[in-house]
Amino acid sequence: MSAKQREGHQQGEREGKHRGSPARDSMVPEAEFESYYGRQIVKPAPWEHDIAYYLFTGGVAAGSAILGTGAELTGRPGLSRVARAGSLVGLLSSVFFLIHDLGRPSRFLNMMRVVKLTSPMSVGTWLLALHGPFAGLASVGEVLRVLPQRWQRGPLGLALKLSRPAGIVAAATAPPVAAYTAVLLSDTATPAWHDAYKELPYVFCGSAAAASGGLGLIGAPLHEAGPARAFAVGGALVELVVEHKMEESMGLSAETLHTGTAGKWMKAAKVLTIAGAAGAVLGRRSRALSVLSGAALMAGSLSTRLGVFEAGLASARDPKYTVVPQRERVAAGNPVRYEG
Amino acid sequence: MIGRNSLFGPVDPAADAGYDDHPKRKGFFTDTSVCIGCKACEVACKEWNDVPENLFEMLGTSYDNSHSLNANQWRHVAFVERPAKPPVDLGMPSMGPGGVAVDAVTQQTEVAGSAEDMDFRWLMSSDVCKHCTHAACLDVCPTGSLFRSEFGTVVVQDEICNGCGYCVAACPYGVIDRRKGPDGADNIGIAQKCTLCYDRLTEDQVPACAKACPTESILFGDVEELRQTANDRVARLHEQGVMDARLYGNDPEDGVGGTGAFFLLLDEPEVYGLPPDPVVTTKDLPAMFNRAGMAALALLAGGVVSFLGRKR
Ligand code: SF4
Ligand code: SF4
Repeated sequence: MSAKQREGHQQGEREGKHRGSPARDSMVPEAEFESYYGRQIVKPAPWEHDIAYYLFTGGVAAGSAILGTGAELTGRPGLSRVARAGSLVGLLSSVFFLIHDLGRPSRFLNMMRVVKLTSPMSVGTWLLALHGPFAGLASVGEVLRVLPQRWQRGPLGLALKLSRPAGIVAAATAPPVAAYTAVLLSDTATPAWHDAYKELPYVFCGSAAAASGGLGLIGAPLHEAGPARAFAVGGALVELVVEHKMEESMGLSAETLHTGTAGKWMKAAKVLTIAGAAGAVLGRRSRALSVLSGAALMAGSLSTRLGVFEAGLASARDPKYTVVPQRERVAAGNPVRYEG
Repeated sequence: MIGRNSLFGPVDPAADAGYDDHPKRKGFFTDTSVCIGCKACEVACKEWNDVPENLFEMLGTSYDNSHSLNANQWRHVAFVERPAKPPVDLGMPSMGPGGVAVDAVTQQTEVAGSAEDMDFRWLMSSDVCKHCTHAACLDVCPTGSLFRSEFGTVVVQDEICNGCGYCVAACPYGVIDRRKGPDGADNIGIAQKCTLCYDRLTEDQVPACAKACPTESILFGDVEELRQTANDRVARLHEQGVMDARLYGNDPEDGVGGTGAFFLLLDEPEVYGLPPDPVVTTKDLPAMFNRAGMAALALLAGGVVSFLGRKR
């Protein structure tokens, strides 16, 4: 094969996924770089979409635990009910998705063998194990409360009594559950995830607030939904603003948030989140509009997770995102060195 | 056991992992300038470690039929086609059979025909797990399945790994991988990579690949000594006018704290499929947890504020 053929051939192998898409061409000039037949250098995480759903349901669970406790403490039973349900369902489904990705429940238990601070996945598992039982008890309390009085005795009565303090612990342990997932992604060699480490926790926390607030808007009666609305709109704003900032600080790999499947999810996330937040503000007096905007906010949050997830995989598949930034760093005379 | 340099910086990995009394750190020095691409190392590795065949993943895009390091390929010989370079004019008569290895580049072009006929040259390089000083795969493993051996190497324990795949995404060199096939193979769904023949090391044996390499392109030994050998070799090649020769991964102050398996390359690392300036991701882990902690507090505060000042 001649050098020319070989070159065309390398191009061909690199092409396909991203090359030639108009969005990208308009953004940055094509980065020149060399690679081994255009093959990937770092390996993309071998994760299915389960993990993206896990990020989403974990966010809903965490945000809802906060909302549920707030609602309980301020006497908003309607909001408290839907938030506690969201917390429990979110928790159970995130454990389901995690186990589904691992393949076997015993493998989930295997995670409990060690506590490892350098492994966000280990830290996250322990956070869930700490948060889960309290959130679960708080949610069970919600069910017990509507049971006939004569059943609220004995162990059930005790559980009911404990559910309130449990709710407080659940709310206090919820935020790390929402935030650690960002570290989970960032602590990898996947360019788009690692590059985003400064802002990603804020994006994910904002997204968690938007989704759980959205759930509150869907389920709570209008006169109780105020805090959910505020939580959702605030979260949506943080998500939108910080996501923008994140793209600026990421460098080259931010490209992957605009191209391919990830680009579609991120665009959907933006549209849905803006529409949902606007609807939530304008629809204060309309139950229908509240429900609609709540749903949009939840869908927006899910799209954000899917978008960030896909962008990472795309950035690992194309060696450009590994080689070019490192090469530029070295060319500028700043290779990474240990300095005393 | 967590020292100041546990996440980044020069450190003796075995001591850092808590071995009080341990043998000298072991590793590989792969000198690609004498590699002839025979793939004996690939075969020896598969034979000794019972690594299943990989051919069903044949790509057919180059002469390289094993294409990458992965769960079923713990050693990988890259065949790099490069545009030809004008032959190095040393301006001195001493270059010849007496010199060290005659400079593999010239040698290979001679085999294939006269240098003028060729518009490309071959570079061969046998790649392997780097057994990093700061191994991201090991740091992120949630089960403790990956461990640091007394030889300073990184080894997977098949029985403990739960196949979460975190190590796969964390390795800055794209080495470790979860085994997908072939059907019937052991350890499907389990992370796999070079163990530096841990079982052989404990018996005072040389790893299979180094043993099989006919040109001594793969040298096994104490990392400290290998670094010395590598420096000498690169200096000699420079003297011979092979100015493209460079070491890769040998520097204890680089982004991964230096690797246990390092290389002499004849071109830029990325040409061989290696990252030019990799950094262990856990270097930034404290900052990541800080940011996440702040974001978490902000979320809690947001929750409180949402309820404040609202009448019921
Ligand atoms: S090269 Fe990758 S798999 Fe090997 S020790 Fe380093 S991080 Fe782990
Ligand atoms: S796949 Fe196995 S070795 Fe890799 S991080 Fe998960 S448990 Fe550890």
